[in-house]
Amino acid sequence: MSETMKLVLNVWRQPDATTKGDFERFEIPDVSPDMSFLEMLDVLNERLTQKGQETIAFDHDCREGICGTCGIVINGVPHGPQKLTTTCQLHMRKFKDGDELWLEPWRSTAFPVIKDLVVDRSSFDRIIQAGGFISVGAGSAPDANAIPIGKEVAEQAMDAAACIGCGACVAACPNASAMLFTAAKVGHLGLLPQGQPERYERVQKMVATMDNENFGACTNHAECEASCPKGISIDFIAMMNRDLLKGAVQHPIELD
Amino acid sequence: MELRSNAPDGPIQDSWDNHRFNMKLVNPSNKRKYDVIVVGSGLAGASAAATMAELGYNVKCFTFHDSPRRAHSIAAQGGINAAKNYQNDGDSIYRLFYDTVKGGDFRSREANVYRLAQISVNIIDQCAAQGVPFAREYGGMLSNRSFGGAQVSRTFYARGQTGQQLLLGAYQALSRQISLGKVEMFTKCEMMDVVLVDGQARGIVTRDLNTGEISSHAGHAVVLATGGYSTAFYLSTNAMNCNVMAAFRAHRKGAAFANPCYTQIHPTCIPVSGDHQSKLTLMSESLRNDGRVWVPKKANDTRAPGDIPEGERDYYLERKYPSFGNLAPRDISSRAAKEVCDEGRGVGPSGFGVYLDFADAIGRVGEDTIRERYGNLFDMYERITGENPYKRPMRIYPAPHYTMGGLWVDYNLMSTIDGLHVIGEANFSDHGANRLGASALMQGLADGYFVLPYTIGNYLASAKLDPVGNDHTAFAEAEAQVAARMQRLLDINGTRSVDSFHKELGRLMWEKCGMARTEAGLKEALVEIPKIRERFWKDVRVLGSGESLNQSLEKAARVADFMEFAELMCHDALDRDESCGAHFRTEHQTDDGEAKRNDEKYSYVAAWEYQGEGNAPKLHKEQLDFEYVKLAQRSYK
Repeated sequence: MSETMKLVLNVWRQPDATTKGDFERFEIPDVSPDMSFLEMLDVLNERLTQKGQETIAFDHDCREGICGTCGIVINGVPHGPQKLTTTCQLHMRKFKDGDELWLEPWRSTAFPVIKDLVVDRSSFDRIIQAGGFISVGAGSAPDANAIPIGKEVAEQAMDAAACIGCGACVAACPNASAMLFTAAKVGHLGLLPQGQPERYERVQKMVATMDNENFGACTNHAECEASCPKGISIDFIAMMNRDLLKGAVQHPIELD
Repeated sequence: MELRSNAPDGPIQDSWDNHRFNMKLVNPSNKRKYDVIVVGSGLAGASAAATMAELGYNVKCFTFHDSPRRAHSIAAQGGINAAKNYQNDGDSIYRLFYDTVKGGDFRSREANVYRLAQISVNIIDQCAAQGVPFAREYGGMLSNRSFGGAQVSRTFYARGQTGQQLLLGAYQALSRQISLGKVEMFTKCEMMDVVLVDGQARGIVTRDLNTGEISSHAGHAVVLATGGYSTAFYLSTNAMNCNVMAAFRAHRKGAAFANPCYTQIHPTCIPVSGDHQSKLTLMSESLRNDGRVWVPKKANDTRAPGDIPEGERDYYLERKYPSFGNLAPRDISSRAAKEVCDEGRGVGPSGFGVYLDFADAIGRVGEDTIRERYGNLFDMYERITGENPYKRPMRIYPAPHYTMGGLWVDYNLMSTIDGLHVIGEANFSDHGANRLGASALMQGLADGYFVLPYTIGNYLASAKLDPVGNDHTAFAEAEAQVAARMQRLLDINGTRSVDSFHKELGRLMWEKCGMARTEAGLKEALVEIPKIRERFWKDVRVLGSGESLNQSLEKAARVADFMEFAELMCHDALDRDESCGAHFRTEHQTDDGEAKRNDEKYSYVAAWEYQGEGNAPKLHKEQLDFEYVKLAQRSYK
């Protein structure tokens, strides 16, 4: 067995959206490097329960880095120090004995805090509802091989579609912009032949909704790409801006 | 309780067509008069909600996640089967049907499986049209691979994220209907009970997880798409929040639960690293296409894998199953791993692991090709274990994964409660005693896009449905019961956490009702479970209040149902005095250790009726007839 570590955690505690929050300090003397970050919090919560203190609320589900539910800002970095890794997949061997960590929720007006480290990301769903789909009802599809799609295009679309909707891009951005999230869906669907009929309407509607949800503007910091656990490239933001401009000029739509 | 499968007579090739013709239709302009409640927003739930809304029904869809996109379908890695025969390698609807019935060890309903194979081709068309970025060849055509015990290449995939991409397709279709106002979506809203009026399912009671508010929702039919129950074992490949509560609440209200002992143990998961372990991570079965499974020939061999010469390795799957080798079906591969570890030949710190070695494949096709095929899985393995699988073989061990058992449904996917439909992993119908790889996504989407939207119309058009609103007294009663139950959990204020009870129950289930089961072990479990349950209700500690987000309370309610449900699993495993598929009773094996069925006595679906807490459930049998696939001992040698 590897040796255990002693860590100090400063965890953001906030009972609800309207009450002011603050950091609470915890010491954990025996963290195993084989634990995942969330397993460490499980152990802490187990001990808090023993002591009769309310457990720390944090979002998580699959713990395989794919559902996009988890997300903690660790020492100022969404999902913590390991590149291309969600909080649930981050393991404690990335830290060392004596480290002091600061755990915060995603911070953005578009993601209000629900409790402790849990935020409300329903604004992301509303961006998708604005147009992040291809309008094809069940039953009306042609044979799947009827529309050939070159491997390169299919791969590029997949690169964008890999977004897990965790919101780290927003948390990392100094403006709390949702450009990378929105551009990933616009890029995924806009690259494919199936996505062409709605391409310019889609981008305009999604960007308008993004703005209405109080996300900030993009000023090319590229922090989003750096913190994205799926490595989605800001090239998709450039693609989206091009589509948005072309759409606004050539295919303008009336927005509510 | 009467079990009528309602499977159509006549040639199986025509039965779904004939059935569709014979079903009653709801006039297009009348569809908007019906409200359908869908619980769950994974592949089955999201696709069903979206499709019914497209047809014109009013749909209310519920998920306990913060977004419908988070359902655990998202974690499926490997792929989705379809009998497209794009590879021209001899696949057909009949072959997929045959493979699925045989793979399920002859414990599924033939008519359902045939329909599933037929529909599989439409699913791929639908998903491609939605923009699911399936893997492609350079010419632009869809790519396929062989998967999980199939000798044809019929599996479609999107890197190692097939479930994610299919779910996002369904989520996007659902989002479109939400924006059109045809689906009302409720997130962070957990179903706590199903409400019956005059014997018909007419709604649900929910709890808002953020505010604790308990509410009622009435409709003309209820659809459960609430997934499986592998977290009964605590450690499983399932997401942390997966649970049996919705299905078990329906069971308590009269829905028969079928074959609960059919739980699939997936052969390729990362082994346990310590007591802190919260879940087990699956490594896609597709890895077995290129990885070779082995252990040292001698027991307690602590040498590093690279120091063990070729002649001292036992490639046991290749040795025992020469024609299927490393691709032998899941149940067989899992048991073979357990066997070599029980012999003391397991590897890794715990001794519960076997090697999955890519050295040969890397030598044959190069590291770059292997990286292209499995890069994300290799990265995930390294993140979790700190070991580089390009240089050192992976260590894997079986883990609870998928549950073939579920609420009993007829051919129309309706349970024994009128109007209560069950789709996806939550029902029992298509996989028999063992599910083949890449078939779960197929079934979830078949049910949601192409089966339920037709069959529910037949129910709505033929049932007598009196007007029922959520002001009906049945809802008020159910709400009061839910509130009382939550308060009871908060009031216990004992000494042990919910997790500690869940772990205790899970360990017992893994030992007594896991990969191998014995009569004596199951009887012991049936003595132990009520004791754990009693301790739980006396000594669990749930802090905080019921009026805001309280994750301990949510968990407590779910674990409380596992405390009863675990007994049902053991009753079923005990009753089924044979081995079949994933259900392995050590008393019943062939001379070389394979599952030995007893078709004469156990060729039935065991559908259990609830008889109250602590009472043995009542068994009802649906006899299975095999007209098309000849009953035979499965052989993968």
